[in-house]
Amino acid sequence: MKLGFLVDLNLCMGCKGCEVACRVENEVPFSSWRLHVKYVDIGTFPDVSRNFTPLRCNHCENAPCERICPVSALHYLDNGIVNIDSSRCIGCAGCVMACPYGAIYMDPQTNTADKCTYCAHRIESGMMPACVVACPVEANIFGDVEDDTSHISLYIMEHQGSVQVRKPEKNTNPKHYYVGGGNQALNPLAHERLERYGLFNDTTHIEHIDTPHNDRLDRFLAPLKSLEKLGDKSFWGMEKSKENIESPKHKKDH
Amino acid sequence: MIEHSINVTNGLVTLDVTSPTTIWSWLITLNMWAVSLTVGVVLVGAYLSYRHKSKDRPNLRWVVPLISLISLNIFLLSTLTYLHWSYKIINILLYPHWTSAITIGAWVALLYTILITIMVTIGILDAFPNLARHNIFTKIIRRGSRFYEKVSPFAVFLSIPLILHTAIIMAESTAMGLWQAPTELIQVLLGAFIAGSATLIFVSDSWSREAREDLSFVLAISILFSFLIYMGEYLFSFKSAEIEATLKYLHASGEYNVEFWIAMTLGFVTPLFLSISNIKSDNKTLMRFAAILALIGLYLAKDVWLKIPQILPLS
Repeated sequence: MKLGFLVDLNLCMGCKGCEVACRVENEVPFSSWRLHVKYVDIGTFPDVSRNFTPLRCNHCENAPCERICPVSALHYLDNGIVNIDSSRCIGCAGCVMACPYGAIYMDPQTNTADKCTYCAHRIESGMMPACVVACPVEANIFGDVEDDTSHISLYIMEHQGSVQVRKPEKNTNPKHYYVGGGNQALNPLAHERLERYGLFNDTTHIEHIDTPHNDRLDRFLAPLKSLEKLGDKSFWGMEKSKENIESPKHKKDH
Repeated sequence: MIEHSINVTNGLVTLDVTSPTTIWSWLITLNMWAVSLTVGVVLVGAYLSYRHKSKDRPNLRWVVPLISLISLNIFLLSTLTYLHWSYKIINILLYPHWTSAITIGAWVALLYTILITIMVTIGILDAFPNLARHNIFTKIIRRGSRFYEKVSPFAVFLSIPLILHTAIIMAESTAMGLWQAPTELIQVLLGAFIAGSATLIFVSDSWSREAREDLSFVLAISILFSFLIYMGEYLFSFKSAEIEATLKYLHASGEYNVEFWIAMTLGFVTPLFLSISNIKSDNKTLMRFAAILALIGLYLAKDVWLKIPQILPLS
């Protein structure tokens, strides 16, 4: 079994429903994203069209993030998902450097790497990923790419010739496909970026938390302090409890 | 977007995540610079030990491991300080993932620390016979001082994977097209030779003139080759749109233009000519000046090379 994603960009209307659903389902902090929809305007006024491209982790078969992770925090599941165990993550950000799709972020609340897991927790319970459920036009197609009779396999066969992946030259063998995406949609260098001329210019950022346990000095002193307060018991091989993590101090840059 | 009319073949991003920032910051630059120094003094020191008699380089036996140990600690401390969960570094030992160059580097650094600590201890106790001369432990260590010669080849051998692992980490960073394994492997080795020879210049006062000439020669050649690689990448990277886009940060209007060219002119070209001239003239003051410039230039060049590919949009 190899789970994969396909987005039909001809259907996507850029409503960002998937993005919001993902954010809610996975409690993704502001200024970070597991899934986001990129808008690209093409053409010269008045002949202008707007393209929408949902971008998320590609769950590569040859995942550079898995290879570079020194502690196997990033690992493959049997169903092909590249999952992350944040309790093991040491925060070296090697995976952030390795991912050619920019799909991994350092969570400002937990100070560990995080990314889309194709909602592995939902799949385990027999549910579809939150973004698939939220899509009003069924542009997100999810399923087993090794099963010839699955919806995604049939869709790929039906659209052979127009199925693309992002950055195939990186040899990552992504399991995330696009139909109807041109160079403009999938190549980050194919278009212009004018800073401060985006649709939304005032972006809220969250700085990484400087709790008593996360400033530079306290990182060293952490083992000497009460581990209970740290909210991370993985050091002793116990389950990490997200509830124990202190609430973030949200800071606005703008 | 009307006021920014663009060609029909081009697109304009109107909504995306904010431009990426440098995730691996100056602490990683310091890490890479310090590891160059750690390894460089050992490699250059080994070459000088092989080529010159001990009377020509009297303090080399204890100075080299001492400098190496100090910079090794800077390397380890900067790594720990950078990590978002410093104490969890123990997970590298508990759950090692051997495909990662970070894991290999951590294990090699651990072994290297042990070897270098042994060498420093023996080297210093031999060099200063009156130091704690009645202590039972120092007596035992002094009796086994020949152990130094048995350990040092292993330290030299381990220094190669220790320095090369930084290049492999860069190569494993698939997102950063600028960092290509073949180039980085040579570049980090040359960086080690630059750092090693430049640092040893400061402790070479009592050495023979031939030994100092060798230092100047190693420094000049390493700078020359390293500079040529940087210029080769800057001027002739025709093959990839991604690399070309990255190198634009070094062009006249680029964000890192000033830092890069300061590194190249003051940190590479100037010490290159100074060290070439010193191969014959043996001017110690100029040599030290060249060494300082080379160490600063190496840091700046590594800093630029580390940061520019990180600010390229990936989405």
